[in-house]
Amino acid sequence: MSETTAKVRASLARRYRQEKRFQAYGILSIGVGLLALLILFTDIIGKGHSAFFEHYIKLEVSLDRDVLGIDDVGDQEQLNYANFGGVIKQALRDRFPGVDDRQRQRLLYDLVSSGASYSLRDELKADPALLGGTRELWLLADDDVDLYLKTSQKKRPEARLDDQQKQWIEELEAAGDTDKRFNASFFSHGDSREPELAGIGSAIVGSFFTMIVTLCLSFPIGVAAAIYLEEFAPRNKFTDFIEVNINNLAAVPSIIFGLLGLAIFINLFGLPRSVPLLGGLVLTLMTLPTIIITSRAAIKTVPPSVREGALALGASKMQVVLHHVLPLALPGMLTGSIIGMAQALGETAPLLLIGMVAFIVDIPGGPTDPATVLPVQIYLWADSPEQSFVAMTSAAIMVLLAFLITMNTLAVVLRKRLERRW
Amino acid sequence: MDTARELDNRNRADDDAAKPLIDVEERSMQDTPYPEKTVGSPFVDAPKMKLRNVNVFYADNQAIHDVSLDIGKNEVISLIGPSGCGKSTFLRSLNRMNDTIDICRVKGELYLDDQDLYDPKLDVVELRARVGMVFQKPNPFPKSIYDNVAYGPRLHGLADKKYDLDEIVENSLRKAGLWTEVKDRLHSPGTGLSGGQQQRLCIARTIAVSPEVVLMDEPCSALDPIATAKIEELIDELSESYTIAIVTHSMQQAARVSHRTAYFHLGRLIEVNDTETVFTKPEHELTEAYITGRFG
Repeated sequence: MSETTAKVRASLARRYRQEKRFQAYGILSIGVGLLALLILFTDIIGKGHSAFFEHYIKLEVSLDRDVLGIDDVGDQEQLNYANFGGVIKQALRDRFPGVDDRQRQRLLYDLVSSGASYSLRDELKADPALLGGTRELWLLADDDVDLYLKTSQKKRPEARLDDQQKQWIEELEAAGDTDKRFNASFFSHGDSREPELAGIGSAIVGSFFTMIVTLCLSFPIGVAAAIYLEEFAPRNKFTDFIEVNINNLAAVPSIIFGLLGLAIFINLFGLPRSVPLLGGLVLTLMTLPTIIITSRAAIKTVPPSVREGALALGASKMQVVLHHVLPLALPGMLTGSIIGMAQALGETAPLLLIGMVAFIVDIPGGPTDPATVLPVQIYLWADSPEQSFVAMTSAAIMVLLAFLITMNTLAVVLRKRLERRW
Repeated sequence: MDTARELDNRNRADDDAAKPLIDVEERSMQDTPYPEKTVGSPFVDAPKMKLRNVNVFYADNQAIHDVSLDIGKNEVISLIGPSGCGKSTFLRSLNRMNDTIDICRVKGELYLDDQDLYDPKLDVVELRARVGMVFQKPNPFPKSIYDNVAYGPRLHGLADKKYDLDEIVENSLRKAGLWTEVKDRLHSPGTGLSGGQQQRLCIARTIAVSPEVVLMDEPCSALDPIATAKIEELIDELSESYTIAIVTHSMQQAARVSHRTAYFHLGRLIEVNDTETVFTKPEHELTEAYITGRFG
């Protein structure tokens, strides 16, 4: 065996050990990352899943004309002012007779959500024949009742409810007069002070309008800027300066963009506050650097030989860009934009400063209606004192994560699908 | 094992012996003076391209020094010379491809027929339609074969109807000797062809706009010998209708395809003559040194 072979052989074992160790480090880091993700998801899903369901209470409601104060169901005015709360209270008193003093009556009335009277109104409107009759109806339970029903038997004694109320609820449950149903209003309602009535509907619609504005502005501007800088701009001090500043902008904390939006868009241009249009403008500023940088990277991957080939055939610079560079760079640009949009969707800080943190009950009808967005809604609920909002916050986070995961998956799929090899 | 070591030693001894030889050679070549004027016959009667005192600079570096040359109509002229001697730079200034390089400047008189190539009023798009170019590495567009060839004609509006365009595509592919191989898959991507087919596709694409001059920058350097032979055959056929200037590293190729040969050395045009003369009785020492393989 020659000297070299001996030396090589001696070093081999050490080299393989190093390789193994390096691999182990890699696997370990991935493991830590996955574990963190797992903990996050278990926690959020564990807390949030219950918010997708809510409890109803069955009551015998008599829709008495006199108590309601209605003689014509077709009259919207009468419906709006009708005393639905009165019939519900009556029904509760009938269900639990013998509750006479005011304090206990108030506790009794608190079992049913204040929103129940609205659903009762809608039901009557849909079926006018109900008027004057008596009907078994499922009414939405108050959030505290809902929470109590959702807690396990073991923990119930610690629940923050009056003992009398607990007794009533147990009675209702034992009689089979409580029911757990899918919480559809969570997706359709706007925000509310009452957790059982609150939903992320207005936040989703607000996020949607904000994203539309952001996309419509940042994609064309970003792509145009990237194409100009990559293909047309001369290389000089000025373009270097622009390049450095685009990279700087990408690193600016997002709250600064919020301040900028406040100072420029609201104070200088007088745009209304709390509207998706304004949110979209601010998020455009924030997303632009990301889109410009990723688009430039995508343009750089287009081989120069393709450009030269087209130029040599007599294509003008614009034609080279439109016919060859843009189609080849588009997948990369789209991927970058989707990732930028996902970032913008999860952004909260700048929107707080431009008033999108407002309490919005109505679902916005357009980009100029006051609105809030998903992450801000999460922030608002996380701040709320009612216990039921804990689960709702987690549920809203689950919805936001679902959107983000969808967008990022779309980016990956798009890249795989449109990627061309040359 | 002992024999191996012996062999190794012998090789090393050979290397040592060879080194000074090369050094002497290089020194002697560097001492050889450049000719005052290009030797041989750089000019022809009624040239297609008339190039006088061409100087090309990259920022402060002069890449081409005072080159004067005529390219005759329907002739194939090959530009040969060691790497980095400026052949490609010179070729690229003939259809102003150097414009794409910011720091590159071209000085001198360059004429295509009576048209000054660097006339500020001349539209470079028009010029490139008249002077086409084929590159070293096949660079088909990532589009279908048909679209590759049809790209130029569409760009310049050469065909009004689909039928006319089909005809141009077919003719160009026929001239490039590719028609029979691809006629059944005109709409499959051009990038799926083999290297040699891709290069012929690029030639088809270039001649589809009916240029007057075709510039070829080492068109065969990325191809295997069989594909190379096909391209060389093609060049021969194309010379009937086009004027061709080809940069090549292969002297055999220059000898096979070209009518005249120009030898470049460090940015200077040393000698231009009939190909046969250059390869059999080179007039200048440097040309002789290069073609006999003493450096390169």
